[in-house]
Amino acid sequence: MARTQPRISQRVQGLPPSGIRRFFELVEKMPDAISLGIGEPDFVTPWRVREAGIYSLERGHTHYTPSRGMRPLLQELALYLERRFGLRYDPERELLVTVGGSEAIDIALRAVLEPGDGVLIPQPCFVSYVPCAALGGGRALPVSTSVEHNFQVQVDNLAEACDETTRVLLISYPSNPTGAVMPRAGMEALVEFAAARDLLVISDEIYAELTYNGPHSSAAAAPGARERTILVGGFSKAWAMTGWRLGFAAGPADIIEAMVKVHSYAVMCSPTTAQEAAIEALRACDEDVDHMRREYNQRRRVIVNRLNAMGLDCFEPKGAFYAFPAISATGLTSEQFAERLLEEEEVAVVPGTAFGPGGEGFVRCSYATSMSLIEEAMSRMASFMSRVSG
Amino acid sequence: MEEILQLLSEDAHLTAAQIAERTGKSEDEVANAVAKFEEDKVIRRYKTVVDWERAGIEHVFGFIEVRCAPERGVGFDAVAERIMEFPEVHSLYLMSGAYDFLVVVQGGNMRDIAYFVAEKLAPLDHVVGTATHFVLKRYKVDGDIMIDRAQAKRLPITP
Repeated sequence: MARTQPRISQRVQGLPPSGIRRFFELVEKMPDAISLGIGEPDFVTPWRVREAGIYSLERGHTHYTPSRGMRPLLQELALYLERRFGLRYDPERELLVTVGGSEAIDIALRAVLEPGDGVLIPQPCFVSYVPCAALGGGRALPVSTSVEHNFQVQVDNLAEACDETTRVLLISYPSNPTGAVMPRAGMEALVEFAAARDLLVISDEIYAELTYNGPHSSAAAAPGARERTILVGGFSKAWAMTGWRLGFAAGPADIIEAMVKVHSYAVMCSPTTAQEAAIEALRACDEDVDHMRREYNQRRRVIVNRLNAMGLDCFEPKGAFYAFPAISATGLTSEQFAERLLEEEEVAVVPGTAFGPGGEGFVRCSYATSMSLIEEAMSRMASFMSRVSG
Repeated sequence: MEEILQLLSEDAHLTAAQIAERTGKSEDEVANAVAKFEEDKVIRRYKTVVDWERAGIEHVFGFIEVRCAPERGVGFDAVAERIMEFPEVHSLYLMSGAYDFLVVVQGGNMRDIAYFVAEKLAPLDHVVGTATHFVLKRYKVDGDIMIDRAQAKRLPITP
């Protein structure tokens, strides 16, 4: 019998194509271009972490681990969360080691959403939130943020977008792509809002270690947050471990238990080598993290200073490793700006629209690249700007 | 202030303007701090890390363990002062353990170093024994890795 249905599910067909795919292909053809479009550290994983991974392989630790994660890693994670953010989690019941923070977002949404449930997602935001909400059967409810409010989502705007079906508030501070952070008072207001509407909060805090004006405030630390918050973190950014694919989730035992179920059916467990390496990262690498943070901070000051000097208004990003300058004064769209900058000066930035419609009028410049390349890219951008605005 | 020293220790070429931009201080503040560091000899000198081998210029380094009977009343310092004045001596450390001084000697070739040890170092008063080790290859010097390794590649654009 002839097949009448399309082979690809409507759910997947309905996902938007990657906003950076086309751009990726353009940049790939230009090997000499300087890329400020990379969302991962330029640092290699600290040697002692790599060495711990090697040692793990040498000893033949190549088998599955418990789905939730290796016990020593879970214990280190619990100590780390308390030490750094004042959060107390039971390693046996309230923590889960995932394949990157990305997996934690995905399975958190799948674990809690009923078909049609609304997910409040402040934008611009990381590219996977809206698709993951859809794959989990939910509906993304975009909430715009503005540079006037330092890209911090406002409770009024959340309230406008919130309806009866809304079940989750998905936030991420420090933010990719804007570099915005959310101070403690703001986090408390968000949690209060979520409590009033009985929403779960998924807080992606993958950049928690990379803040430059004081320590990060976790959403989970706000009063009343603990029972409704799924905290997501990972090793990719602070420990420069993107390729190891290791993250974690912390939250109420019932939700974590449900996530463990999804996780075990989807991937069984997170990579063993990465888990053993991550134990070393948590135990012995504070100095490495400090060193990288200090370097990012120096680059951040340089890039923000230069962008403003060339006439691209750039609000001060206080976390992550992105600057998000406004380019609307050039009269170009984000896409046009990025494309012309690439063609004319061989500098790649990511159009803000890749992170949702709210990103129009902005481009994302990653400063996770060497100072000398940043300086060269900034002088090329300055000459581009003198042509465009001249 | 520590950040200024850190930056200069990694790249002595940095101008006050560059350091100011990176640290968020004013250029004057940085220039004054550096001048004070120089005056107080916190910054002793600005040097260049040279890969002599790559330059095709032969330099031999020897690590020499020196055991000595310290001089009465002045201890090891008097001996150290006699050793460190020799221009061949690149670095000199007083050590704990099986010997007393570690003398790093730099010479044009092995013979230069052997000559220095035999003629100058070993006969010194209070020196009771030496053991000379020649450097075969320099992998990392003062925090700088001296061998080229391919840089890991990243995808050109990632979210």
